[in-house]
Amino acid sequence: MVFFPEEEKIDLASNKVGRQTLRLDSRPAIIAAASIVGPKEGEGPLKEYYDVVLQDDYFGEKSWEKAESKILRETAKLAVRKAGLKPGDIDYMLGGDLLNQIISASFAARELKIPFFGLYGACSTMAESLALGSILIDGQYADYVVAVTSSHFSSAERQFRYPLEHGNQRPPTSQWTVTGSGAMIVAAQGKGPRITHVTPGRVIDLGIKDANNMGAAMAPATADTIVTHFRDTGFSQRDYDVIATGDLGKIGKDITQEIVFREGYDISAVYTDCGIEVYSDDQDVNSGGSGCGCSAVVTCGYFYSRMLRGEIKRMLLVATGALLSPVSTQQGETIPGIAHAVAIESTFKGE
Amino acid sequence: MDYLKAFITGGAICAIGQILMDRTSLTPAHILVLFVISGAVLTALGIYEPIVQFGGAGATIPLPGFGYSLAKGAIKEVQSAGLIGALTGGVKSTAGGISAAVVFGYSMAVLFNPKSKK
Repeated sequence: MVFFPEEEKIDLASNKVGRQTLRLDSRPAIIAAASIVGPKEGEGPLKEYYDVVLQDDYFGEKSWEKAESKILRETAKLAVRKAGLKPGDIDYMLGGDLLNQIISASFAARELKIPFFGLYGACSTMAESLALGSILIDGQYADYVVAVTSSHFSSAERQFRYPLEHGNQRPPTSQWTVTGSGAMIVAAQGKGPRITHVTPGRVIDLGIKDANNMGAAMAPATADTIVTHFRDTGFSQRDYDVIATGDLGKIGKDITQEIVFREGYDISAVYTDCGIEVYSDDQDVNSGGSGCGCSAVVTCGYFYSRMLRGEIKRMLLVATGALLSPVSTQQGETIPGIAHAVAIESTFKGE
Repeated sequence: MDYLKAFITGGAICAIGQILMDRTSLTPAHILVLFVISGAVLTALGIYEPIVQFGGAGATIPLPGFGYSLAKGAIKEVQSAGLIGALTGGVKSTAGGISAAVVFGYSMAVLFNPKSKK
């Protein structure tokens, strides 16, 4: 019989704060961001912040799935170019999307030839890829990484609901999947807003089954991540100019705000949701925007520009995902939610 | 007058469908199956025939009309060919509709490409 002497438990994770937050002491910089959106998003209130607005959401391809992969690929290339780099300079690409086996991201990685980590966090993928990318940088495993994600209204409808040819009706709680992609280049050095903390979320499911009401399904996980981030770091809403959730829509945003308020934080003054920002009320999108591309294009386009201009000093991006699949929905499963938080600080004044 | 009757009958059937869509969590697939089966059951009970007499195409074109044709065909075939007609009659009487759906569906798919909703 082998005897293992009981060792003294040493806490080696010195960069971990509280229950589940990571502190990134080297403060990796987001040196560039790019966004490409579809025609409908290009008519929305944030149109001036996107790099490219497509005239046709087929993007010259034969299917929407091919188009989505091309959008993701071109957005990643654009971000690399804006950083003054070439794809060969990027150490790792972290990305994912909503399609089966994340083909948009992996097929794009096939062309880009950057070592690739494929991620699936549903619509939380922008924060998840940004978080893991900045951890790679902070751990000195890379000089440059690209975090990228995409979604496409028409491919997502086919994936999760009904093919568009079916002509299905959309209930008022349903959200509109954003056609678009956002990419960020995270670097060990360079100018740009810096990532200071990352709070990965827990998967939480309070039993919502309706795939047309995903904002409500994701709200408990979102509130949990925000409150945990505050408790772990000692920050509160007063430390942030903007707290932006991914794609909760109007209904999910109200529920999140309410749960966080009950935990003792009134975030209403700084809280917004990318799903509400991305479309205007007259665009007939029911409860707001959704999809991986939603938080991606709003963060890479709108918020990143405003951070560069110094209009936002500190923001907490809380991208939110509904972890359902078409099979789980058909089998009557409830919808688990997740939310990942990334704290970003503008270096406008210092540099 | 026939047009008006067809409009009222067809409209009423569609209104029931819309209410089910808005007020219940039934999916379109549930409603489709429910409508076809109710058409067949109502026909077997002798309730749907008078509706067809009144509404004409307003009752035969919507989904319950398909159930009506299935049931009516099966009943007719049983009378002429025996019990095996219960299996063959329904499809025989709806063969035109099924083939038309395949032919027109296929030609439209060849002719057009889907576009995103605006």
